[in-house]
Amino acid sequence: MPLLEVRDLTVSFHTTDGLVQAVRGVSFDVEKGHTLGVVGESGSGKTVCTQTLIGLTPGADVSGRALFDGQDLLRMSSAELRKVRGARIAAIFQDPLSSLHPLYTVGWQIVEMIRAHRHIARSAARARAIELLDMVGIPQAASRVDDYPHQFSGGMRQRAMIAMALALDPDLIIADEPTTALDATVQAQVIELMMKLQAEFDTALIIITHDMGVIAETADEVMVMYAGKAVEKADRRTLFYFPHHPYTKGLLESIPGSTAAGEKLRPIPGQPPSLISIPTGCAFHPRCQYVMDRCISEVPPLFDIAGGHTSACFLPTQILGLGEDVDRERASAAAVGRAENGAAARLAARATEEIETSGVHLPDAGALAGAGMSDRSRDPGTSQNSPDDAGTQQ
Amino acid sequence: MTALPHGTSPAAAATAAAAAAPASTDDDDALLTLDDVVKHFPIRRGVVIKSEVGQVRAVDGVSLTVRRGETLGLVGETGCGKSTLARCMTRLYPLTSGRITFDGRDISRLSPRAMRPYRRQMQMIFQDPYGSLNPHRRIGSIIGDPFAIHGVADGPERKRKVQELMELVGLNPEHFNRFPSDFSGGQRQRIGVARALALRPKLIVCDEPVSALDVSIQAQIINLLQTLQSELGLTYVFIAHDLSVVEHVSDRVAVMYLGKIVEIAERAALYGTPRHPYTAALLSAASVADPDRAAVRQRIVLHGDVPSPIDPPSGCRFHPRCPKAQEICSRVQPDLVPVLADLPTHVTACHFPMADGEKLGTAPVEPADDRPPGTGVW
Repeated sequence: MPLLEVRDLTVSFHTTDGLVQAVRGVSFDVEKGHTLGVVGESGSGKTVCTQTLIGLTPGADVSGRALFDGQDLLRMSSAELRKVRGARIAAIFQDPLSSLHPLYTVGWQIVEMIRAHRHIARSAARARAIELLDMVGIPQAASRVDDYPHQFSGGMRQRAMIAMALALDPDLIIADEPTTALDATVQAQVIELMMKLQAEFDTALIIITHDMGVIAETADEVMVMYAGKAVEKADRRTLFYFPHHPYTKGLLESIPGSTAAGEKLRPIPGQPPSLISIPTGCAFHPRCQYVMDRCISEVPPLFDIAGGHTSACFLPTQILGLGEDVDRERASAAAVGRAENGAAARLAARATEEIETSGVHLPDAGALAGAGMSDRSRDPGTSQNSPDDAGTQQ
Repeated sequence: MTALPHGTSPAAAATAAAAAAPASTDDDDALLTLDDVVKHFPIRRGVVIKSEVGQVRAVDGVSLTVRRGETLGLVGETGCGKSTLARCMTRLYPLTSGRITFDGRDISRLSPRAMRPYRRQMQMIFQDPYGSLNPHRRIGSIIGDPFAIHGVADGPERKRKVQELMELVGLNPEHFNRFPSDFSGGQRQRIGVARALALRPKLIVCDEPVSALDVSIQAQIINLLQTLQSELGLTYVFIAHDLSVVEHVSDRVAVMYLGKIVEIAERAALYGTPRHPYTAALLSAASVADPDRAAVRQRIVLHGDVPSPIDPPSGCRFHPRCPKAQEICSRVQPDLVPVLADLPTHVTACHFPMADGEKLGTAPVEPADDRPPGTGVW
């Protein structure tokens, strides 16, 4: 049984402008020790979706089910939820400055959090706080524990948030844009740290981000959200190399670096819809280049594409240049993707990953090119084998 | 393409330019030349008796050249001074010292009035499309402001020109009378682009123009900027912290660290064979949206944070975090010089520039956290 099983989660808010349908029937599972990446643009409902789970969306109309270790989070009283929150499900937010209280020392805040859930002496909690800060790489933790948040840099604050999240050894950590406010070099440090600690503690992780780069480095399974719905779910490799939903493809193609420098990017035309007036049928249809009559009137369910890979799109796989052969490739890629899932497995595999991945049988470029696959989608074969290509990133 | 509204005759601008002191440039291609530009912000304490207790050395001796028609990318982390440098380039900040030459004329000491003819030739696009547009004004008047300030066009003619601009940047000209709040982030950034283009500038300094936008919208704006550049022959200084965006748009790239340029090179050279260890670390830290490449790349994780520009490290400012640092690095500040004699375009400020294919280890020691408590960090 998965650690967290969310079924048909629907969240809406009444506002003066009308009903905001932030989340419209999302289902997903998070396995113990695995990382679920939730990706989408602003206003896709990705944050509301997870904040509802831990009761951080007061005033919202919520329906659906969210079984965490067998208990429905959505039916819990606030007292029950308070026991779960912090102790069993921890959260890391985007802006570490506004999620730490500016008038209390960092140590005080960690101690308070520990003592709210465990009956231990203040001194023992303080010792634990120092140990945690040391573990997340805060230099001279024993003295920095008495610093105020403003005395920490952005990266250190985010480390302190991670320390706090780990304080009670939770089963699940929800990290909402954990590195968005950080610089590239600091982001690299924080991601490295989160992955290491996740493997050590075998914690399940939900990472919410708009950055495909963060997803590529951290996630086991990925859920792509658009206008309050999950439009595609797959393991990481499948999502990047065999995306099916036109929105996912569009997202991947609009990243600079997906096309040669100097060439035109391929943005998705138009803009994300308002959650107050969501287009009929498939919410993506006004921006979709493959739109059919059916897409305007009918809401596509999540179709099963290949073992565990689902996509909410009516397009048959062939239209995106993926014939039966590619379906088989897709299935095998999904199998490989699943095999390397889980933080511990991934960490162990990391050293040998180069050899392993080059052993994966990828479709040859020609077959896909003829069928109209994007450059990016058939790139993995070349990029991992060519040292030049990898070299540019080092 | 839609015809761009004309400013006043180029002759008028030229006359004004001729009034300014001539400056020598050895590069005819240069549109903008910065020579040892310094910008320090004083830190003052005291309520009644104010005294200067220190300086934030935001930009500390930057020399670079922006050539006509090129895009110069400027990358660096938060607090490295890249936005301050942008505002110095366009003379939004007075310089502490140094010289700026625009189109062959020294503009670094011009009075606001004398500066005005140059203002129309250099424009800025800002990061925050919400903060950079006045929410109480209609977008027609926001985009039309440059015409009003410079007395270029009035009444129906101004409206016509504004609508042409709106069409040029992909906005519906009928939305002339709407307020900024009626537009999404991407559309607001288009308004910012239209406003910058109004007077047909030669140079546009884009300060993080796409950082606040979603990735699909970001691509639309990047494409727009590139199309406008080729159609109108614009020169860009493109500032961003996102390395892949800079790689995509730039012809040359300059890397900044703590108020100084550490490396400048043609794009391919900089991304292919970075010479400064900081550039190499920055490139290796950038996230890669490709699981296989992300898994095999070697990441150079720098320890610690960027030091405070109030009291920057001695010698090379990167030395406390540099895996290659030696004794000389803490004493002598390296000059920005070519790495290879046959490639004068690739310059770096490092005593021990990286060789081809050299791999950097992570920094050998965890640096001591020697800041006195209470100083905070930058």
